[in-house]
Formats: sequence, structure tokens, C-alpha cells
Amino acid sequence: MSKLGELSIALLILIGALFCALSAFGLIRLPDVYLRSHAATKSATLGVLCVLAGVFLYFMFFLDQVSVKLLLGIAFVFVTSPIAGHLNGRAAYRQGVPLWDKSVRDDLQSALTEETQTGTQTLRPPPNEPESK
Amino acid sequence: MAMQLLLNLILAFVWMLLHDDGSASRFIAGYVLGAAILFALRRFWPGGFYLTKLWAVVKLLALFARELVASSFAVVRAVLSPKLDIRPGIFAYKTELSSDWEVTVLSCLICLTPGTLTLDVSPDGQTLYIHAMDIQDADELSRQIRGTFEKAIMEVTRP
Repeated sequence: MSKLGELSIALLILIGALFCALSAFGLIRLPDVYLRSHAATKSATLGVLCVLAGVFLYFMFFLDQVSVKLLLGIAFVFVTSPIAGHLNGRAAYRQGVPLWDKSVRDDLQSALTEETQTGTQTLRPPPNEPESK
Repeated sequence: MAMQLLLNLILAFVWMLLHDDGSASRFIAGYVLGAAILFALRRFWPGGFYLTKLWAVVKLLALFARELVASSFAVVRAVLSPKLDIRPGIFAYKTELSSDWEVTVLSCLICLTPGTLTLDVSPDGQTLYIHAMDIQDADELSRQIRGTFEKAIMEVTRP
């Protein structure tokens, strides 16, 4: 039983490390910022989460110590990493980083040019009434 | 919802006081009893019984986890495939969600789905510009988003 548990935890951590390595490989292989951002947000997040979950399980079952910090770490990584990916992509697009030349479609380009022509604010105007809860 | 939760906690404390017993098991018993009372009185609350909403939140979290695993596998498959035969692109997606909170959760979900990444949200908060790793059919993708994520989010936020 204990042997099996140890093995499955080791497997979990190994899978996490593998996902991290593959996402690092994706950073090298994929052609443009946006595709790299796909690799960096998704696989790396899952990899880190797997490693943290494995450590948490190991501490819980083998060292008899429930580490709430690890759970918090899982929650924070889970919440923040998609937002980091989104902000990287958005900043890159607004700086004019080109898409890969095999990209097929770009709806944002026309929207952005329209925005600058009509002079609409890029920032969202403050809401007039407080939002209902 | 917060009101009902507070009331349920108060009922649990009242149950504890009635028994003059501050243990955790008494508290849990009182909480379950209070939930049953709130369930019996659910037609007096405008939003319905709050635990159904909590269940919707749990389902949304499960959806998050499932999509994260699925999208990681999709990315790894694209990275490891010998030929880079993906066709990326950006498509606009009109959402029916209105409040800031809902749109934020939706864009986070999209960032974690297989092959999509939110690039920008239009100033009125109604259109999301999504970078897809493999645009086979943008309509198909947006229909999928509308069917699963928007529905799950609406279940949480709308009564």
C-alpha cells in the first residue's frame, strides 16, 4: 500500500516535470509570441500544479503534515497564470508584434484600427452606476 | 447568497448554544439542519436555495480542471508533432455575459481551453478577441465556448 502510494506520487511529480519540459520545448519550437504563450500558459501551469500536488500528497501521507501553503500555492498559480498569458499576448499585440505568416485570420487588427480612427478610448470608461451585486 | 450563508451559520451557532456544546461535530449537525431549514424556506429567497448555486460553482471549478488537462495535452501534441501544420488566427467572439466579473471568469476559462488564448477585450466588454492555435472553424469554436463555458458561468451568476 505504502509502496503503491509512493509510486503514484512519484509518477505525478514525474508527469509534472515532463509537462514543464515539454512546454519549455514548445517555447523553442513554436514560431511566434502568441503560440509560445499558449505553450507557456497551459502546459507549464499543469506541470507546476502536478508537482505541487505530488508534494502535497507526499507531505500528507508520509510525513503526516497537511501543508495549507501548498494548497494556496496551487490555487494562486491556477488563478494567475491564465491572466499572465492574456496580458503578455495583449501587450505584444498592442506593441505590433507580428503574427506568424501562416496565420489565417485576424479580426483584432480591423477592430484596433477602427478604434484609433474613431478616437474611442482604449480604456473602458468608468461605469456610471455602481454594479448590482 | 451571502445572506443565506450567514443565516445558515447563525442557525448552526444557535444549535450549538441550545446544546451547550461547542464541538465541531455539533456545529456540523447544526449546519446541516440549518441547510434543511433554508431548503424548506427556499421560496422566500429571491435567488433560490444557495447550495444549488454552490454546486454550480463546484461544477465550474471541475470544468476548469478538465479543460486545463485537455488543453495541456493539445499543446503537447502540437509541439511534439513532426510537422507544424497548425493554422493560428484571431477571431472575434461576441459574448452575452454583461458584468465585469463574468467576462473576467470567461476570459480566464478561455485562456485555459485547448488552443485558445484571450488577446483583448473590446472597450464595451462585449467582444473578446481570441487567438486560436488551430482555427479550423471559428464558428465551431465559438459555438463550443458558448455552449459550455457561458452556460456554466450563467448558472453561477444568474438566478
